[in-house]
Amino acid sequence: MSLEQSYINLYQAKRESLRASSPEVMNTLRDEAIRMFANKGFPTRKVEDYRYIDVPQAFEGKDGYTMPLPTLPLNASKQGVISLNDEALLNRYYAKVADNEDAITALNTAFSHECICIHVGKHQQLDRPIELTDTFTSDEDQMEHKRILIVLEEGASARIMLRYAANNKMHIITTQVVEVFVGDNAYLEMYELEETHTSCTRFNQVYMQVGRYANVKHNNITLFNGLTRNTIKAFLKGEYSEVSLNGCVMANKSQVVDNNTLIRHEVPNCTSHELYKYVVDEQAVGAFAGKVYVAEGAQNTVSDEVNQNICASNDARMYTQPMLEIYADDVKCSHGSTVGKLDEIALFYMRQRGIPLAEARMLLMQAFVGQVVDEIPIAPLRDRLHIMIEQRLKGELDKCVGCARCK
Amino acid sequence: MLEIKNLHAKVDGKEILKGVDLTIHDGEIHALMGTNGAGKSTLSNVIVGNPKYEVTQGTITFNGKDLLAMSPEERSHEGVFMSFQMPVEIPGVSMTNFMRAAVNARREALGQELLKATDFLKLMHDTQKLVDIDKKLVSRSVNEGFSGGEKKRNEIFQMAMLQPTFCILDETDSGLDVDALRVVAEGFNRLRTEQTSALVITHYQRLLDYIRPDIIHVLLDGKIVKTAGAELAKEIEERGFDWIKE
Ligand SMILES: Nc1ncnc2c1ncn2[C@@H]1O[C@H](COP(=O)(O)OP(=O)(O)O)[C@@H](O)[C@H]1O
Ligand SMILES: [Mg+2]
Repeated sequence: MSLEQSYINLYQAKRESLRASSPEVMNTLRDEAIRMFANKGFPTRKVEDYRYIDVPQAFEGKDGYTMPLPTLPLNASKQGVISLNDEALLNRYYAKVADNEDAITALNTAFSHECICIHVGKHQQLDRPIELTDTFTSDEDQMEHKRILIVLEEGASARIMLRYAANNKMHIITTQVVEVFVGDNAYLEMYELEETHTSCTRFNQVYMQVGRYANVKHNNITLFNGLTRNTIKAFLKGEYSEVSLNGCVMANKSQVVDNNTLIRHEVPNCTSHELYKYVVDEQAVGAFAGKVYVAEGAQNTVSDEVNQNICASNDARMYTQPMLEIYADDVKCSHGSTVGKLDEIALFYMRQRGIPLAEARMLLMQAFVGQVVDEIPIAPLRDRLHIMIEQRLKGELDKCVGCARCK
Repeated sequence: MLEIKNLHAKVDGKEILKGVDLTIHDGEIHALMGTNGAGKSTLSNVIVGNPKYEVTQGTITFNGKDLLAMSPEERSHEGVFMSFQMPVEIPGVSMTNFMRAAVNARREALGQELLKATDFLKLMHDTQKLVDIDKKLVSRSVNEGFSGGEKKRNEIFQMAMLQPTFCILDETDSGLDVDALRVVAEGFNRLRTEQTSALVITHYQRLLDYIRPDIIHVLLDGKIVKTAGAELAKEIEERGFDWIKE
């Protein structure tokens, strides 16, 4: 039996229980989604967008994992902004930007059974940030398919953090699809922070649709993980909008972090920025593929994309692929990437002052990725992240399976 | 204090030091002069253990210990300090974090208690006043965007923070105007104790007017070719090095 077939069988087995607890609009798309998945199959390394990781291997043998259908312990929030399965909202937006042409998104659409909804109303300004923490706590190996819908209506503003954590060391595989709709004149700062453990495998698919005069800042921070694939797609649909996709990654041991981003300028007069920084150490693998697409007629597009990386050990690997695809003639676009080592001269300077080599390396790595954190507008979050990065580098955030150092 | 015997060293496969002998006793100031490319910075880097430089022969003992067997950080903990000819910019690493790491690493190595945050900040503040370095510089990233003079002043500031017993000043005076030179030299003199010794590398008499050497050496083509008293510096300034070569 093929790997795909085992997931199709799993779907057939779960179909009724999924339907029983799900909103109507999610159910109507399931069968079609599993058909799309069956058609496409798990992407292999031959698929351009997935060339840096082995997706079939990631899913191999996981179909036997328990797949609980918990209902999230979500209390209706203070401002009435967060809810579970808001049917009116789902009817308007569910699966409207996520694309089942991607087999993993299709798999998620088939299997996810509830949707966290964040709805910020017209001209509503959330003065305090929202943090959703997803803590993996299962005592069994587990598979999860999660779905989040974020809608900012016209003129709304919000700051939202999605945090992924892990309490124990069971094997977890998750797919997650996040759909984000940012209305005209709306402002969104969105943070994704992963600090899970080495036996977590995560496929995170984020689709953002951005209206006119809107501003979106997406920050994607991977502090600790197993295998992570983030697909971040921003579709600029209204003129005079601005999008930034920033991220930083720290990976060592045999961690794998693959960030694949797309910024699609579909209309004129928009601006986009991208800054991703990685430090890969020991045997870790980092990959960054960032495409900026400027459609025909999207004049006056301004875009800059930077990916800078440090391979701190000889065994660590970094793949970087910034891409520009431009079909308009009046644009200002730049992109660049670098892969380097830690600065030997700076290391020696610090050692001459008595700073031990390991600590000197740590200070340099911290400084390198810290630049991404410095761009974060929320001061307390910035401070907290700097501290977390420092702890991470000191090994205080280490969580890995069977590692004597971390017990 | 420092005893160098028959030191040979290579950089990038090329032999630069070709048998250097040098002894510096407690409290002595030695000046090292010589043409560009003679190997003065190479000698300094070898003393502080820069891994780019390979020692092929000879010994260096420091207070009776084998310096060449130590890592750069251990040498620093023993009290060896080098003011770099070209101080390094380290963007993103604040002077505060850098100095805290350095001061505490040294204290830990010496078995002293680590400084509490408030005590450390007070030390930073007092030292900044002592060597008269702009407070703004001390709150920035290490040497980032500093002018040449500010970098040199920062070297002296770091020296004051770490209180070494043996200092190498590698052309700390180059690129300084007369006022900055005086400030840096006075800073150094204020930090000196009876025991502190130093190796001062310079091309100019003017620094030696402030930091008065006991002994002057001339290094040419990887060897010390002449050793004399303080009066040698004036003569070199007037006549250059050619007459020594003969
Ligand atoms: N880090 C280095 N890499 C390569 N060559 C070096 C390095 N440091 C010094 N050298 C070479 O060694 C020789 C001596 O240089 P240096 O010790 O800097 O002389 P000085 O300080 O007396 O002017 C020069 O030929 C120089 O090019
Ligand atoms: Mg020199």
